[in-house]
Amino acid sequence: MKVLEVNNLSKSFGTLEVIKDISFDVEKGEVVSVIGPSGSGKSTLLRCINQLERVSGGTITICGLDMIQSYEKGKPVYADNKTLRDIKLKMGLIFQNFNLFPHYSVLRNITDAQIHVLKRSKEKAEAVAMELLKQMGLPEKADAYPYQLSGGQQQRVSIARALALDPEILFFDEPTSALDPELTGEILKVIRQLAAKSMTMVIVTHEMAFARDVADKVIFMDQGVIIEQGTPEQVINNPSSERTKMFLSRFEE
Amino acid sequence: MTWNQILQSTQVLLSYLLPTLKVFFYTLVFSMPLGVVVAVIKKIRFKPIAWLTNIYILIMRGTPLMLQIIAVYYAIPMLKLNSSPWIQNLLSGIDVRSDTYQFSALILAFIINYAAYFAEIFRGGIESIPIGQYEAASSLGYTKAQTFFRIILPQVIKRIVPASSNEIITLVKDTALASVVAYPEIFRIAKEQMNFYSSLVPLFVAGLFYFIMNAVLTVALGRLEKALDYYR
Ligand SMILES: Nc1ncnc2c1ncn2[C@@H]1O[C@H](COP(=O)(O)OP(=O)(O)O)[C@@H](O)[C@H]1O
Ligand SMILES: [Mg+2]
Repeated sequence: MKVLEVNNLSKSFGTLEVIKDISFDVEKGEVVSVIGPSGSGKSTLLRCINQLERVSGGTITICGLDMIQSYEKGKPVYADNKTLRDIKLKMGLIFQNFNLFPHYSVLRNITDAQIHVLKRSKEKAEAVAMELLKQMGLPEKADAYPYQLSGGQQQRVSIARALALDPEILFFDEPTSALDPELTGEILKVIRQLAAKSMTMVIVTHEMAFARDVADKVIFMDQGVIIEQGTPEQVINNPSSERTKMFLSRFEE
Repeated sequence: MTWNQILQSTQVLLSYLLPTLKVFFYTLVFSMPLGVVVAVIKKIRFKPIAWLTNIYILIMRGTPLMLQIIAVYYAIPMLKLNSSPWIQNLLSGIDVRSDTYQFSALILAFIINYAAYFAEIFRGGIESIPIGQYEAASSLGYTKAQTFFRIILPQVIKRIVPASSNEIITLVKDTALASVVAYPEIFRIAKEQMNFYSSLVPLFVAGLFYFIMNAVLTVALGRLEKALDYYR
């Protein structure tokens, strides 16, 4: 079953074409790594899928629900608000800089949307949150505030916050880039655990070894286009394009 | 002044504390919400409205409050004197000599002035919240209203407390400007007594009143700031 289908997606900011005719699918349980030089449009791609940017062309389908219904005079016509919301709730997005809510405790960061978006009871929401905090190795931090946590801990809370809403698919935008090198490991470990539980994930990352280990599929993007996609063996170990080879050579040594 | 005269004068001044407090509280209670409205209107994408709001804020901040009070206060009496008959007719119900008129005109001038200052503080507060907060809320499925009231506003409030505190303390002192349209509050009465007794003591006593009010406010607002210090 396909969780995500992206077809002929394009996105321009004014005259700047950032994404050019991109297509790919993500199957249920699949882990996809997106790699590529900075400025190649990886973040924009995730932001278009997560409804943080309006697309310029193409279609996006999540669990069979179409985000964009049609095009009128070259402008996308999005689905009605209810559908967009249903779609949104099937996705979770992890940001590079966490974006936790600073005025809420760790527990409340994870329960608030459950209670006010999913309309779960407080008891149920807290039970879910505590379970996730245990999974993240942070049960003792429930009452702490984000500023009291290390970057790695904050990122784990933000992963718990997204997981609490039971998404079908999780998107990570360079989840370790804002962290000190010694803290990246704890995040990668959490993502590995999620992969072991067959969580469907799309991960933008510069950690090549990690991308190779954890991903079922690797997408290499450059200047707004997908240059190559395939298994990690194909794309990372035996790239066919010169651009991919050039990009990967920077990560050797 | 004898001690007895000072005591008497102080008692008289004390009886005019209430009108001073009335100007303070009415202005505060109405100008803060109006400030939020102005801050929001300024963000409207329809340019002419944003423009008008900017001009309003420029005038309010760029001219003396005393001038504004006089202008608002005398606007209606002037219109009654020399304007087209139908406007005169329209205004005939307003008794510009009544206390109600005096207080309303005065408070209106204070409110529109302070709303402009608060609007700028609120706008700065709203704009200081990182875009990532909106994006995180959006991706978690919060509605626009939920995002504003649950995520953005609490953080804005924390950030605007210091600047608002300054405004509030200035307002206490600005209530003295109400004397310019003969509104009987502490400052005006103190000036009368100064002339009556040929002594500066009533002015010092009035000054002490303002000082004490602001001392109390400073402590209270400081506590509020502390109370919001549980996060960063
Ligand atoms: N809001 C925006 N307005 C204009 N240009 C943007 C905007 N967001 C991103 N870009 C541009 O789009 C290109 C791709 O950016 P991005 O998607 O962030 O790349 P990546 O995540 O791969 O580093 C860059 O050239 C960037 O400057
Ligand atoms: Mg990026």
